[in-house]
Amino acid sequence: MINNNLNAHSGVGLQVRGLRKSFNGQEVLRGLDFEVQPGEIFVIMGPSGSGKSVLLRHLIGLEPPDAGEILINGESIQSAEIASKYRLAMVFQSGALLNSLTVGENVGLYLTEHRLNTPEEVTRIVAEILEDVGLKGTEEKMPGELSGGMKKRVAIARALVIEPQLILYDEPTSELDPLFSVVIGEEILHLQRRIHVTSLVVSHDRDLAFGIADRIAVIQEGRILTIGTPDEVKRNSDPLVQKFLHADFKREP
Amino acid sequence: MFENIGEIVLLFWRTLLSLPLAWRQRQKVFDQFFEIGNASLLMVCVLSFFIGAVIALQTGPVLVDRGLASAVGGIVGIALAKELAPVMMAILIAGRIGSAMAAEIGSMRVYQEIDALRTMNINPIHYLVLPRMVAIAIALPLLVIFAILVGWLGGAVVAEANSHIAIPFQAFWANLRDVVAMKDVANGVFKSFCFALIVGVVSCHQGLATIGGPRGIGRSVTKAVVNSIVLIVIFDYVLTRVLLK
Repeated sequence: MINNNLNAHSGVGLQVRGLRKSFNGQEVLRGLDFEVQPGEIFVIMGPSGSGKSVLLRHLIGLEPPDAGEILINGESIQSAEIASKYRLAMVFQSGALLNSLTVGENVGLYLTEHRLNTPEEVTRIVAEILEDVGLKGTEEKMPGELSGGMKKRVAIARALVIEPQLILYDEPTSELDPLFSVVIGEEILHLQRRIHVTSLVVSHDRDLAFGIADRIAVIQEGRILTIGTPDEVKRNSDPLVQKFLHADFKREP
Repeated sequence: MFENIGEIVLLFWRTLLSLPLAWRQRQKVFDQFFEIGNASLLMVCVLSFFIGAVIALQTGPVLVDRGLASAVGGIVGIALAKELAPVMMAILIAGRIGSAMAAEIGSMRVYQEIDALRTMNINPIHYLVLPRMVAIAIALPLLVIFAILVGWLGGAVVAEANSHIAIPFQAFWANLRDVVAMKDVANGVFKSFCFALIVGVVSCHQGLATIGGPRGIGRSVTKAVVNSIVLIVIFDYVLTRVLLK
């Protein structure tokens, strides 16, 4: 169980319309259109270099699009008020923990900087959330002392403290062992059921995607190949989709 | 450097606008202040002592030969207070602290820590730039006052100890007090305040503008130090010209 301080509030809807982005003349996103319903778990899959992480950076307002728009409950992500109006969080693939702060300070950073709780409350909330992600008692450790998987769990804890209405996960199970990958998947589901948060997950992990997604989008070279429920995506006849979904090692006998 | 002048001025302006938040960030200001003092005090002490000593050594014998022994204290005093202490300490701080600021912020940029701050609706200017700017703007003038005093001491020691100069300690101080006015020290301290703002804003801007990996961080550090020193020298002339009036 995550902490008990999360208030019941619903997730936000997300609309992406005609999103395009180029870097140095190379088009990375080529006119993406999709919609994520409030409270939905939407997984974006695709091979490396297909533009998934760039898309996520646009969805949380870290990159301005060349063309197209991203709307959160009908309001542009570029609008100045969006960050104060809605609680958005992102779990970076690398964790992106502040290396000069302890684990506890990292997790409590949002609460501390926005002065949402007293220092005693922040300490209690941080301890609870760290326990929930299996890192009880690591408050005083520095990020440099943690393994890749532990950093990822701290990053997830830091995102959960925000009590987000939209949470973006960039490869949440990379660097995690299969057992903890299941825990993270269950946690994403649990959060969605409990506070109806909208979750957008970018992942290569087919088990995670088909295990938690309400809908899945497969993208390649900045274009969406298909969007649908996990069953619809599995039945999609596009050879590129099938190749991505069924790629496996084949050892010669 | 000059192609980024607009961005640097904009960052400075945004930092100025966020100044009312400085009290909220006082713990970070204090941490940065301690870091600057801790990292620089010994070097400031050594550098300023020997700068004062070498001015006395260069000017002393020439002036004594011409019967102007009483002017040594004044020359050492004025040179240190108005010019050498502010400029040399600013260059030292650009190398010691400006490089550290650019490296730390640059590394945070490269490793997405600044992106993480933005996703948490934490303004990197309030969180990273403001405390550093306030700390360096307080610390450098204080270090310069300290450097002026130690430099004068260095000059006085050499003036008495060197057999070619041989000006008694008391005579050196008496002449220094006659020549150096409070306004001269204030001019030097004001210049150092301006230099502190230059080092702070240039280094923070360079850190925030870092791209690439470790090589990008290295480039940012070099640019931060070089650009700071170039601007210090240019502004030294401008400020000296303005303060002469």
